[in-house]
Amino acid sequence: MRCNEQTRILVSKAAGVLVLLTGFLLAVRLCFGAPLDSTRTPNIFRPESTPADSIFHLSLLVLAITGLIFVVVFSLIVYSIVRYRRGRSEDHREPPQVYGSNQIELAWTVIPVLIVLVLFLATARVIHSVQDAPEPHGSIEVTVIGHQFWWELHYPRLGIVTANELHVPVSDSLHPTPTFLTLLSADTDHSFWVPRLAGKTDLIPNRVNDTWVDPHETGIYLGQCAQYCGVEHAKMLLRVYVDSQEQFDNWVHSQERAAANDGSTEAGRRVFESTGCINCHAVRGTVANGRFGPDLTHLMSRDTIASGVAPNTPENLRNWIQNPDSIKEGSLMPAMKLSDEELDALVAYLGTLR
Amino acid sequence: MASDSIAINPAAVATRSIGERLHDWVVTVDHKKLGILYIVYALCFLVIGGIEATVMRIQLMVPNNHFVSPEVFNRLFTMHGTTMIFFVAMPILFGFGTYLIPLMIGTRDMAFPRLNALSFWLTAFGGLLLYFSLIGGNGLYGAGNAPDVGWFAYAPLTSRPFSLGHSTDFWTLGLLVSGIGSIGAAVNFITTILCMRCPGMTLGKMPLLAWMNLVMAGMVILAVSPLTAAQIMLSVDRYLGGHFFDTQAGGSAVLWMHFFWIFGHPEVYVLIIPAFAFVSEIIPVFSRKPIFGYPVMVAATVCIGFVSLSVWAHHMFTVGMSSYANSFFTITTMAVGVPTGIKIFNWIGTMWGGKIQFKAPMMFCIGFLFQFLIAGLTGIMLAASPFDWQLGNSYFVVAHFHYVIVGGILFALFGAFYYWFPKMSGRMYNETLAKWHFWLFLIGFHLTFDFMHVPGLLGMPRRIYTYEPGRGWEIWNLIVTVGVLFQIAGVLVFVGNLLWSLAKGEVAGNDPWDAWTLEWSTNSPPPEYNFARIPVVQSRRPLWDVKHPEDPDWKYE
Amino acid sequence: MSSASVSGSSFEPQWILPSRGRVGMVSLIAAESAIFTIFVVAYIFYVGKSLSGPTPRDLLTIPVFATICLLSSSLTIHLAVRALRSTKIGSFGFWWFVTLTLGTIFLIGTAREWHRFIFHDGLTVSTNLFGTTYYSLVGLHAFHVTFGLIVIAIVMTFTLLGKVTSTYSERLDVFSLYWHFVDAVWVVVFTVVYIIGR
Repeated sequence: MRCNEQTRILVSKAAGVLVLLTGFLLAVRLCFGAPLDSTRTPNIFRPESTPADSIFHLSLLVLAITGLIFVVVFSLIVYSIVRYRRGRSEDHREPPQVYGSNQIELAWTVIPVLIVLVLFLATARVIHSVQDAPEPHGSIEVTVIGHQFWWELHYPRLGIVTANELHVPVSDSLHPTPTFLTLLSADTDHSFWVPRLAGKTDLIPNRVNDTWVDPHETGIYLGQCAQYCGVEHAKMLLRVYVDSQEQFDNWVHSQERAAANDGSTEAGRRVFESTGCINCHAVRGTVANGRFGPDLTHLMSRDTIASGVAPNTPENLRNWIQNPDSIKEGSLMPAMKLSDEELDALVAYLGTLR
Repeated sequence: MASDSIAINPAAVATRSIGERLHDWVVTVDHKKLGILYIVYALCFLVIGGIEATVMRIQLMVPNNHFVSPEVFNRLFTMHGTTMIFFVAMPILFGFGTYLIPLMIGTRDMAFPRLNALSFWLTAFGGLLLYFSLIGGNGLYGAGNAPDVGWFAYAPLTSRPFSLGHSTDFWTLGLLVSGIGSIGAAVNFITTILCMRCPGMTLGKMPLLAWMNLVMAGMVILAVSPLTAAQIMLSVDRYLGGHFFDTQAGGSAVLWMHFFWIFGHPEVYVLIIPAFAFVSEIIPVFSRKPIFGYPVMVAATVCIGFVSLSVWAHHMFTVGMSSYANSFFTITTMAVGVPTGIKIFNWIGTMWGGKIQFKAPMMFCIGFLFQFLIAGLTGIMLAASPFDWQLGNSYFVVAHFHYVIVGGILFALFGAFYYWFPKMSGRMYNETLAKWHFWLFLIGFHLTFDFMHVPGLLGMPRRIYTYEPGRGWEIWNLIVTVGVLFQIAGVLVFVGNLLWSLAKGEVAGNDPWDAWTLEWSTNSPPPEYNFARIPVVQSRRPLWDVKHPEDPDWKYE
Repeated sequence: MSSASVSGSSFEPQWILPSRGRVGMVSLIAAESAIFTIFVVAYIFYVGKSLSGPTPRDLLTIPVFATICLLSSSLTIHLAVRALRSTKIGSFGFWWFVTLTLGTIFLIGTAREWHRFIFHDGLTVSTNLFGTTYYSLVGLHAFHVTFGLIVIAIVMTFTLLGKVTSTYSERLDVFSLYWHFVDAVWVVVFTVVYIIGR
């Protein structure tokens, strides 16, 4: 009876282990393999930039070492519970009472110490290579200022101010054009995390942090704020557009211009400038120079609004202005309480800010 | 050992009213009753914290869910973390320690029985104060009720402009009060263990549970105090216009992080070391061998105690410290893994060559071994700071620490419950129900926390109330939530088993496990005075010496 | 104080363990030291970082007299306890009273300093980082002094009522550990605030 129970236990344990192993292998396959839509999944095991790449290679070493330790110790545990279980004999004699062994203790102290040393040295190398990387001549400089719940982006040398969607040029290892980011905060703690490009670095008020990326492939890379910053922390999304050099230059030129002045949306512009909008928002070339909210000079050059939460369509813009809580409850954008005509005119005006 | 209780004529004991019995519990200074009060208090909060977790998991089951609002979700994760650490884990471990230490070192009560009672009631009051925020947190602005700043309450989110109303203050004060209770309990533990051991029980002969609680109490003294200091500073900021963490006045948000984590990291060792203690008592008994390498286990524990005071900034690898600082904390964090690993090897060494019986306490301890191994290894991964720059503040970290706390500490606690339940109540629990509990909970635990690592690897940060579809996170979140059902089922079986066994379990007798430490020499439950005569011991396993007079331990130690 | 050894056992060596009161008090002192350490660290970290307002150099004068009083009170409390152990109640009462007086003089000194800072120099806890850290650190210490003085006053009352005998010498010795701790903290605070931080 007891033996059956114990066999059952062992079979269940073996089954459990198999499930675990299968799950683990599945997870590994999914992380390393292709089936996920890789442009949208911020998978840390598909790096596209040197910092993320260095981390990835270090992680392989770490996973290999910890994996080996796991296999060894796991096997020892399984072996001991299988081999030394009290068997059918109902034997009530006590087994040999062993108190310890100095040699064994020494062995399993020294080996872990050596493992720690190896791991540490590999790690220290990566810490220095990422954190203390020198800034080469052709690099782009961006200042990121974290807000509740959006990203303010300045390109000081290029005279550009934008929000939420970061454009950087692709970087080629022969002629590197990395982007070095200075990280500041206007209110509370945030964290800049685009997994495929770099590890995360926090934005802390009254402190200057920095990070860098040098993406090798063009594309859009997703990320989001990774330090709890208040109600809508979950919706402080980040989009990094890695452009070819030509695309990036075009983008810079279009951003450097002052706001387009269409004339046909005069009514909307008046709504914008006479209601509270200009208290928070700036449109370069007009009287609006508020700094509390995102710069709207080239609003239409962005794919999303509300920091990545909604696509940039007239419908969404309308909802955002009239009832921001329907898109991002608790954001600091106030509901503007405009009439329908005012709203139409305003959205039409915003539509001209390319 | 001869009869260890003084016979009482049952007829002489009048039946007491409910009121008298309740009064007894409220004014008691008996360490056994206080231990049980701590444990029952913690179990109530375990259920509350579990409900908070379940609601969060339902919200995160699918993307863009609207089960709860962002405000409520943020309060849920704050309260869940705070409750589980301060009002479940700490009290329950103090409770077991308070109950067991005097019995295991052969004395009649703790060194300061009234301080013992004060510590419990302060801890209990702190918890009630925290939850009072649900009613009283509105304050002047009507903004929020329960605190929503996260269990580590980073500045400047906790400052007046960002945390309106009084909810943050309930967090601060509730923890301040219970922190004083914890320090009181720690003073009591240290004094009891150093000053009240029975004759013959030198420090080298006391049970590992006593050693580990001694180290744990020392760490509470050194670690909870910085939190107390930081909370006083936060209150000065919020109420007296101070600027400790006011970045607008030149204050530093990172300073709060340092102070908090100087508390926060040793705190998690405060939680795991008593779990180690349970495992170190249970595995030998069910393997029928003494613990392998007692002196090394003591040395490793003391080592962990010291080294863990130097690792705190591994919670801050992403705040922009210099590469030298990051390297320092990387090596110390990896280093603390060495004595921890040594303990795992010693537990395996204990089982090796033994005759293992798979009763519920042992099964939970074996679960602990597997899970603590994995948790330790994910910890080593996080210790490599560049890897942490990706994994930190993501669901990988959440999975890691739940693996330690649920897979490690809670499993060891379940083992301890089943092991000492007969002693505390005088009755055996139902073994079949206990095994159901084990398997249900094991499946649920692994479904939830194994698969929780994956979203972290795929870029999902923590503390988000919802997420976009199409990021590859959906399936994992769904599996994680499904696991919760099994865990709830397991816990229900556990509670049912305890209640049923209290009423109808078989009478346990003094020593149902054929164990070797002093608590098994007295009645189940022990009389108020613990032992009729204070025992005198000659080895680490006094009852082994009594049961095997031809081959006593003291010949070999 | 040793715990009683058990009758009826043939355990020859005497079983002596440390005194509970001492171990408990030392543990408490360790916890309090950790709290003070954090406040000292905050003070040192913020030295020179105030954005505006009065600076330490502007305001602080070294409190020589108050410090001498407080540190001497450590000596007098020691003399008091020693007298009590030799059952010299009168001598105990005298030295105990001197301790109370010296401690009170120290507190009055702190109060006068604070009065000057607040009403004359315009430094409050909310003025700047110096104000916040100074009042918190010195205030925390003064709080501990006050608590100690309350206990000393209670014992003084019992002494005057004739209730204190030499059996209490051990307990008062344990209490004096607390008082010595408070003095040691003052040495640190004094050095950090009035010497290094200026």
